[in-house]
Amino acid sequence: MKLNRRDALQLAAAGAALAALPAGALRAAEHADVEAAIAAFAGGAPVKEGGVEVEAPEIAENGNTVPISVAAEGAEAILILAAGNPNPDVATFHFGKLAVPAASTRIRLAGTQDVIAVAKFADGSFGRAARTVKVTIGGCGG
Amino acid sequence: MISRRDFLQAAAAASAIIGGSAAGGWGRLMAAQSLTQDQLLEFETTGNVTLIHVTDIHAQLKPIWFREPEINIGVGEAAGQPPHVTGADFLRLFGFRPGTPEAYAFTYLDFVALARSYGRMGGLDRVATVVNAIRADRPDALLLDGGDTWQGSYTANATRGQDMVNVMNALRPDAMTSHWEFTYGVDRVNEIVETLDFPFLGANIFDAEWEEPAYEPYRIFERGGVRIAVIGQAFPYLPVANPRWMFPNLSFGVREERMREVVAQVREEEGADLVVLLSHNGFDVDRKMAARVPGIDVILTGHTHDALPEPLVVGKTLLLASGSNGKFVARLDLDVRDGALRGWRHKLIPVFSDVIAPDPEVAALIEAERAPFKAQLEEVLGTTESLLYRRGNFNGSWDDLICNALIEEREADIALSPGFRWGPSLLPGEPITREDLFNATAMTYPAAYRTEMTGEQLKAVLEDVADNLFNPDPYYQQGGDMVRVGGMGYAIDPNAPMGRRISSMTLLRDGSPIDPQRSYVVAGWASVNEGTEGPAIWDVVESFVKRKGVVRIDPNATVRVAGR
Repeated sequence: MKLNRRDALQLAAAGAALAALPAGALRAAEHADVEAAIAAFAGGAPVKEGGVEVEAPEIAENGNTVPISVAAEGAEAILILAAGNPNPDVATFHFGKLAVPAASTRIRLAGTQDVIAVAKFADGSFGRAARTVKVTIGGCGG
Repeated sequence: MISRRDFLQAAAAASAIIGGSAAGGWGRLMAAQSLTQDQLLEFETTGNVTLIHVTDIHAQLKPIWFREPEINIGVGEAAGQPPHVTGADFLRLFGFRPGTPEAYAFTYLDFVALARSYGRMGGLDRVATVVNAIRADRPDALLLDGGDTWQGSYTANATRGQDMVNVMNALRPDAMTSHWEFTYGVDRVNEIVETLDFPFLGANIFDAEWEEPAYEPYRIFERGGVRIAVIGQAFPYLPVANPRWMFPNLSFGVREERMREVVAQVREEEGADLVVLLSHNGFDVDRKMAARVPGIDVILTGHTHDALPEPLVVGKTLLLASGSNGKFVARLDLDVRDGALRGWRHKLIPVFSDVIAPDPEVAALIEAERAPFKAQLEEVLGTTESLLYRRGNFNGSWDDLICNALIEEREADIALSPGFRWGPSLLPGEPITREDLFNATAMTYPAAYRTEMTGEQLKAVLEDVADNLFNPDPYYQQGGDMVRVGGMGYAIDPNAPMGRRISSMTLLRDGSPIDPQRSYVVAGWASVNEGTEGPAIWDVVESFVKRKGVVRIDPNATVRVAGR
């Protein structure tokens, strides 16, 4: 029984990353962190759904560098959170009065999860939106 | 399941378009052995524009057998909707009778008997005859190739797609899009694209570093006084489903927002009267895109290898599913006046290779491409007692054969074979030639790996692939079938959420439940990981088939599907 060590390691690595994906219990714990971060950003003000756009691939081509874009008309700042990462905090963009309130970056995603954007508007209101980005090993396209 | 009446009413109610389809009628004629090429090609020329669509030819230059799937489950809004209708339900929906050429062409029913009656289908020399006949009616018809053209045969592998490029060039396509083309590597693709007389379109192909368009997104054609925009959409999940390292600087994706922008651009800036999406998204992805992106008149779908005898109408968009492997050529005539689509007529022409005469020039070209490889192609490796086919959501006898070979030749507990949808069929009693084996395996990352995986890892792999197939949101689907498993049985509930679809995993050798903690020796092929080591899958299967002489595949009952 000859084992190809390189294959074994690669497949094991893929398997291990996957095994961490659907960890529901873990996500519930992180959920509290995420809501706390949003509450802190909003200073306790109510956060309504919408008013901000999140662009991200449905399925990440490379979980280590996932391109995301956020935009919100009239926003002073946008907070980005990766809800399923060990540290969900990704970035906060502040926009000057003459800036277009939109930003793009690349983030590392530990597994399938929601990327959340929260916008702070000039009138003191807040809006949020999320996109699910799937991280997969793939390999069987038709 | 919807009835044919619902289907047609939905189509009629969805728009003011008047149209007709010409699928029926040839059944009884063929049964009487009186079907002629003229009857297959018969078409009442309509309007001022003609589109000809071929897709997913997968390098099949010669006529083939191709058994359509028995199981093709739709989830979410696609549940029970075409193309997720098979067998007797398909016949009922479209008003075809069992035993007819339609039943043979569109379903798996009585496949072996009907194949012996009606013969092989496809062959690019026959496709050329159909294309030329349509051009005789409408000289400026657009021929559009949906991609997956250059991969899937011994000769395509040996020439890195050049045989297909040469033969397709003789058919003079007006545009193409892509998927497996990129598995020859981005440099090879670019080398070929430079030589093409027609555009290689992909609005969703971007430079991964700069997020800038990497290929031409669309081309404007003037035909019959109509400005036609043909937008290309490559397979969205190339870097996920195929080896990303082969085209490291490219990014794909569904990119719905980009499609919205490109449609607006061709309508407003280019003044397009008609917008055609030449797509490799897969049918369900296109159905969703048609409902969400306004302004597309026609989507020529591909990737999922579906064949529908009539277009599906979503809002104001016609969706064509034109089959695979050269089995069909779609003709769509359009009446475009005052910048709007007023009417249409469609026919999915079945390419019965014994009825449609080969075009002599293309036939000679095909023989010239194959001649240098004649001896290798024709070598008989063994014989099959069973029908060998691939299509189906969970298994197919070709992959059962491959899995059996992997388990025996590689001394594995469990074998995995990817859920590809390409690969034609072989009838019981036929010899298995090297050409046949390559038709089921030819690609550029064939290494048959051998490794250990725990039960937990195996479960994670099955769940991952199941979600690629059965995620209720089509934009998260990759369009293949379930990974084929040898040596292990399992149960699956396609409608359960990710992580909870797979259960009852069982080692078939001794009937023991798969232990999440235990390691199993797993053999498989077509890993997307760079540097995967092992013999090519075709060498593994060739050695197995030669050793057995005659192969026999028993009906596969190792996957239990909830609700079936």
